[in-house]
Amino acid sequence: MKKATQSTPPPESPIVIEDLRKSFGAQKVLNGIDLVVAGSETLAVLGRSGTGKSVLLKLMVGLQKQDSGSLRVLGQEIAKLDRDALNEVRKKIGFLFQSAALYDSLSVEENVAFPLARHTKMSESERKSRARELLSAVGMERDVDKLPSEISGGMQKRVGLARALALDPEILLFDEPTAGLDPITAAEIGKLILEQKQKRNITSVVVTHEIRSAKIFADRFVLMNEGKILADGAFDELRKSRNKFVADFLREAA
Amino acid sequence: MGAVLVSFFEWFGELGLFSRRLAHAIFLPPYEWRELVRQLDAIGSKSLPLVAMAGAATGVVLSLQTRDSLTRFGAKSMLPAVIIFSLVKESGPIITALVVSGRVGAGIGAELGSMRVTEQIDAMEVSAVDPYKFLAATRVIACITMLPLLTLAANFCGVIMGWLSTTLAQPVSLRYFLENGLKHVTFDDFLPPTFKTAVFGLIIGLVASFQGMRTKGGTEGVGRSATSAVVLCSLFVILADVLLVRLILVLFP
Repeated sequence: MKKATQSTPPPESPIVIEDLRKSFGAQKVLNGIDLVVAGSETLAVLGRSGTGKSVLLKLMVGLQKQDSGSLRVLGQEIAKLDRDALNEVRKKIGFLFQSAALYDSLSVEENVAFPLARHTKMSESERKSRARELLSAVGMERDVDKLPSEISGGMQKRVGLARALALDPEILLFDEPTAGLDPITAAEIGKLILEQKQKRNITSVVVTHEIRSAKIFADRFVLMNEGKILADGAFDELRKSRNKFVADFLREAA
Repeated sequence: MGAVLVSFFEWFGELGLFSRRLAHAIFLPPYEWRELVRQLDAIGSKSLPLVAMAGAATGVVLSLQTRDSLTRFGAKSMLPAVIIFSLVKESGPIITALVVSGRVGAGIGAELGSMRVTEQIDAMEVSAVDPYKFLAATRVIACITMLPLLTLAANFCGVIMGWLSTTLAQPVSLRYFLENGLKHVTFDDFLPPTFKTAVFGLIIGLVASFQGMRTKGGTEGVGRSATSAVVLCSLFVILADVLLVRLILVLFP
């Protein structure tokens, strides 16, 4: 009897966070975060600028290490992995940076093909056609030979998204995908995220302070302030919150 | 004063850790051949005109200066030997290393620095590509390989321009100049100083990559990294030269 229950552990959610803490000097950026992101869910992490939202994302991919607490991604405790094991997890995660972070010496197409060249056995022509396919999915098929400096910020985000999707990730992380864009472009990027989500069934975490575009794609929202999660739920549930900060934030941002 | 001392030792400690990680990146597969070739071109071929010009100028200056002193001591016939000796043993290698410290040191410091502040290095890491391997290792290897070759180019231009400048003052054939000059130069005079520039290459690649990759603080930080890369590369090249010259004198008496 006992044996049977042991052999079938329940499948863990892709991202499980327990009592996560991180400080920079005296500043407590994350002050005890508990969060579970379910498979194929799109979670929007809301909050004011500089409240540790980006740090949360960076911890998930091992760019930084927490002070204490547990953070498991795809069943692996990220902070405890060695470099090779961490890289195996990273291959399953797509990350879109706030600045898009395209390699500025490579063309748009080469940017998307960069992870393919290193982690797949594709030939050069296969990589090229895969990169074009990804780029046309984000509406960038006409600018494949341009350099990142020659395209607009919104276009850079699109290319960044194509690059993040290159290795068919199980998890997508977005750091402020719509910040610094005009409302129309922001809505376009929001729709693009929704499209990819519907097409690929990926688990996504989107850090943003723009509720308007987050409402387009997110299933669930958490609101962070001063290193803690204040509210968690669907948008309508958040709106019913009695917490003053939550109410203020939603009113100002909507 | 205490804080300065602490940050001084901190810098060396971090450089040590950086070097260890870099050594892993250099020797363990996979290798980034295509990026290496690109860096060989960017660091080697593109430095060639500058290095050639610096070598040529050194040759001219040596010819002008030593002619005067040698004439005073009545040893004017030694002029070709003195020019070639001086170029091959010291002026060629150190001038090359200093010029490359300036051009390549600043280039690597600024390029890696701006990649750091625009999150490109983070992006590379997140896509499971080791930036130490792709960015730093390729640049360090390119510097190590290219410095001896650039030194040869500087020496060559120096000798030719040294001859030209000598023959303008008092006509002498290139053949006589070379025969007279190379008569006393042995491989022990030529090879160790040329190969010691590989160490200069290591210093330049290592220090500039290190300064670039630890950049903090936006555009201003990129500027600081470029400047500090040049300053530190030049300084360590000169310090290393003192040690290497002494070492070579012991090993090749």
